Order: sequence, then C-alpha cells, then structure tokens
Amino acid sequence: MIEGILIGLTTALTFQNILMVMVGCFFGTIIGMLPGLGPMTAIALMIPITYGFDPATGLILMAGVYYGAVFGGSTSSILLNAPGVPGTVATSFDGYPMAQQGKAGKALAIAAWSSFAGGTLSAIYLLFMAPSLSKVSLSFRSPDYFALMILGLTAIAAFSSKGQFLKAMMMVVLGLMLASVGQDSLSDITRFTFNNMNLTDGISFVLVVMATFAMSEALTIILKRNDPTSAAKQVSLTELGSIRINKEERTKMYKTIPRSSVIGFLIGVLPGAGATIASFLAYGMERNVVSDEEKEKFGKGSVNGLSAPETANNAACSGSFVPMLTLGIPGSGTTAVMLGALLGFGVQPGPRLYMTNPEIFWSIIMSMYIGMVILLILNLPLIPYIARILAVPKNYLIPLILFFSVTGIYVMSFNNFDIYLMIGIAVVATFLRLYDFPMPPLILAFVLGGLMEENLRRSLLLSNGSWEFLWDRTLTACILATTILIVIWHIYKTFKKKN
Amino acid sequence: MNINTTKIISLLFFIFSAFYLYTAYQIQVFAFDENAPFNARTFPIYLGYAGLFFSGLKLILPDPNTIKVDHKNLEYKKTGILILIAIIYGATILKVGYFLTTSLFLFASYYFLGERRWILMFLLSFPFVAAFMYLLHGILDIYLRDPFLQSIGVMG
Repeated sequence: MIEGILIGLTTALTFQNILMVMVGCFFGTIIGMLPGLGPMTAIALMIPITYGFDPATGLILMAGVYYGAVFGGSTSSILLNAPGVPGTVATSFDGYPMAQQGKAGKALAIAAWSSFAGGTLSAIYLLFMAPSLSKVSLSFRSPDYFALMILGLTAIAAFSSKGQFLKAMMMVVLGLMLASVGQDSLSDITRFTFNNMNLTDGISFVLVVMATFAMSEALTIILKRNDPTSAAKQVSLTELGSIRINKEERTKMYKTIPRSSVIGFLIGVLPGAGATIASFLAYGMERNVVSDEEKEKFGKGSVNGLSAPETANNAACSGSFVPMLTLGIPGSGTTAVMLGALLGFGVQPGPRLYMTNPEIFWSIIMSMYIGMVILLILNLPLIPYIARILAVPKNYLIPLILFFSVTGIYVMSFNNFDIYLMIGIAVVATFLRLYDFPMPPLILAFVLGGLMEENLRRSLLLSNGSWEFLWDRTLTACILATTILIVIWHIYKTFKKKN
Repeated sequence: MNINTTKIISLLFFIFSAFYLYTAYQIQVFAFDENAPFNARTFPIYLGYAGLFFSGLKLILPDPNTIKVDHKNLEYKKTGILILIAIIYGATILKVGYFLTTSLFLFASYYFLGERRWILMFLLSFPFVAAFMYLLHGILDIYLRDPFLQSIGVMG
C-alpha cells in the first residue's frame, strides 16, 4: 500500500495535475451554483476535454469538478433554496433558514468547513478501507437495498417536518408516483403517459427539483410578499453576516463531523445509494442524537443540521469511488458518467485496477486530499462575494431564478412541453407549501423510485412472489427493524408531547 | 370531523390515488408476464394503495396542527401574472427563439413585479441573455435554436 501511496503522490503532485484539480474545483463550483446544472452536467461537459490528457489527469480533473459542483450546489441551496443536485437538498433545510436570519456568510463557512472535513476524513477512510469495503458492498443484495431505501424514505418523512408525518408520507408516495411515469425499465411498457410521447422517457429529475424548489420558492416569495412574517424575512436577507464561526458552533461541528463522515462514507460505498441518502440519513441521525433544545432548532437554522448533510454528502462522494474503482459499479449518477469516461480511456475498472493501473487508482485518492484543500482555499475567501447574490433586490432575483430554472429545463430537452410541465408542478408545489406539505420527501422518493422498483422486482422474482425476503436475511431484517423503530419512536414522541 | 384546507387537499390526493390505482390496473403487460410475481403494473399498484392509505389516514385522523393561511395577504394577482408570462414564454420560445423570448420574459417579469428602473431592466434582460447565450452556445458548445437571430444573420 505504501508503494501505491507513493505512486499516487508522485502522479497527483505534478504541476499539471495540481492545476487540473484547481481548474476542476473552480469550474465545478461555478457550474454547481447554477440551479439545474449539477455535477453530472459539469462532468459530462468536461469529458471531451479530458480525452486530450492521460487517464489519471483526466480523472483527477473530473474528480475536482465533482467536489466543486457538490460545494457549488450547497451554495445555491443555502442562498436561494434551489438545490441543483439531490445530494444538497438536505443542506437547504437549515442552510436557507440561516441565510434568512442574516447569517448567509456563516452558513456558507460552515458548509465549506464541513465539506472539507467530510471529504478529507472520507479520503482517509478510503485509503485504508477500500479493499475490505468492496467486499462489504458486494454482500449487499436487492432485499437489503430495498430495505435501505424504505429506511431512507421513512427517516426523511419522520424528520423533515415536525408533527407532519402523514403529510410527508403523502409526499413520498407522490414522488414515487411521479417517478413511475414513462417506460418500465425492464419490459419497456409505457406507464401513465396517456399517449403523450413527451412522457415516454419519464419526468426528468432536474425538472422536478427545479419546479418544487427553485420555481416554487420564487412563486412563494411573490405570493407572500405582503405577509408581515415574510416581510421580516426579506429585510434580514439583505444582511450578509460574518463568516466567522464562534467557539460554540465549532464545538457542535467537532461532534457532528466525525459521525456524519462515517455515515456518508459507508452509504457512498453502496452502489446506487450515493450522496442523497447519505445526506438525508446523516441529517436524520443528527437530529436524533442531539439534545432536545438543539432538536428544536432543526429546520430553523441549526449548525448541526447544516454541518451533518454537508459532511455526509462530500464523504459519500469519496465513498462512491470505491465501487466504481474496485467493482466497476458506479456508486452514483455522477460516478456513472465518470465510469463511462474511464471506459473511453480504455481502462477497465474492477478488482484488477490496483495491479494493472495503480497510478490511476492511487492518484485519484491522493488528489482527493489536494482537491479538498484547494476547494477550501478557493471558496472561503470568495464567500463574501458569493453571498452578495442575496443583496440582489427581489424584483430582479425572482425573475432571474425563474430564468435559470426555465433555461436549465429548456437546454436539456429543447421542448416546450417540459416548460409547461414544470410550471404545472411548480404551481401545485407552491399551493402544497402554503399548507406545510414538505417537498424534500417528494424529491428523495422521486430519485429513489426507479431503484426501489428495480430492487423490489429482483427480490420478489428471486423469492417467487413471497414477501419473506424482508426477514430472510439478517441484514435486511435489521434495516427494516431500524425503520420500524424510527416510526414507533416518532409516534411515541408525538403522543408523549400531546399528553 | 373538522373540515379545513389540509383535509380538502388530502381528499384530492385520495381521489388522485384512486385514479392512479385505476390507471395502474389498466397498464397492458405481456401475456407471459400477466401472472409473474412482478410485472410493469405491480409497483404502481402498491403505490396506489399506499396513496389511498396515507391520504385516508390524514382524512380520518384529527389534525392538531391546523395550518391557517391568511388569503388577504397573499399576492395572487402578481403570482398569476408571472405564471402567465412563463406560459407565454413556453408557447413562443420554439417559434421566436431563445434570445428574444428570454429577454422579453425577463423584462416583462421585472416590470410586473413593480420595477421601473428602465436602464437596469434593459441591462439585466437583453445584454444579460446575450452574455449567457454566448456562454452556453459559444463557449460550452450547447446548441440553442434561434430563428430570430438566424433571420437577422447573427447566428449561422
């Protein structure tokens, strides 16, 4: 391993590769900040450029873009409540309320430090645990994945909106229903398209996230303009606040970061799970372990609530490289794009990658450390400038949010049907928001819908239609037991509070 | 049972789930797949029942956290106008092209939100869209169809 680390360091520390990490981080941050343009778009745009380099340099550039875009996505989540990627949806739960309280600078600084710590810690885990973790991820089967997704959805429903569990579960079902539109992945039979060709490929994730977050947020701001409570929010939004993190906040982060980085990394290792589940689970877990006093602050600008998903999503980014590099199975949509690029270089990822191309494997791991440092150096000084987006008057900011949302959708499909669909979903989402129906469970369910159906299909086919697969394996049973415990605990807490 | 807007939304969701379930049962599957443990309609059917279950529970159970919205303070008119502008934008973008439609969309949105600083409104619509279009089309090589710019010879 020492030899591998040295090979990796030698490759990663060349001038060209350090420059590539810097360019990647900067470019990724800018692209990730624009709602609708996430890491997948940024990396996809980079692929033609990377073919001019050797495979290690190309992958280092893409890894830099990945980290930068995830951080950039957090920035738009915090400042505009418009997450560009599903992995940063949980960041907006406490990041956006913090920005509304005039602490945008602080929220961005907490996000930057948490991302840095999460990414660095998980790169250390990756270094020492990659070989054995690939065995763990191999042991996960379809029933376990299905149970894990049920756990993720229940956790987000239980914790996203206080006392609104049923509303959140309705949103989960709605998200899964939206995900079921289009062709069935196995048989290609069209479902819920009503003979409309535009729906054959299903509804795109970016469209749903733009409609339920960015566009609906913009419409809600206009709708509540004369509301005295929201007027107060608008005044405080113009105050940027300091980027300094005080001792009390640092103490909270010291406790949150290690546990969230472990969750993020372990979830990231599971193929298909990725940063989204990691950030939601870390958020849910953090809310469970903090004191009752701190728990009350969740959803209103909690330091723990912001630090946990930010640490976890960056940790999951590193974790998602494990199945890609060791098994050839992408851990997330973004690493799937990178896998495509790797195959384009003529490199076959898998357990033999250690032996055949050690410089690629180890230089990516080493460049993660360098990338994290560069991301921090690049983003912390820029925070006051980035946060100035908040100072833009609402009369300009709202149309610009609408512009980025509509352009993001139009550029993807060149189809006005998608614009109408987005407006329709945004109007419904705005109305639902008025009555406190939470949107994050809908988004997570939408992202997981396809995977969930796929894993349920495999499980039921293997067990010949019997639901015994839910308790046949100890791992599945344990995950389901955790889900049931969360539900019981949530009902008990509500019941106790009422009495 | 106390009737409030949340209950009405739950009732609408219940009806929607019933319609979804009915449509799920209508999904045509291959003959050999009809009695398989899992086919294209299995998951949607479970979802339909889940929707009925949760919205039914919300309808039946008492609602301790009733949300009250003061409709008098809500800006329905401006929100409606913005939605209408977005619909018009969707209807015209393919025929007129990205540049003119998007610039007019931004300009009209600023105007209807009460902005009257004409120079700033102009700068943040036409030149802003031109710069953004250059970034997408010129630098990132993302094709943007624009019949208007093609007709005046700006785009090839």
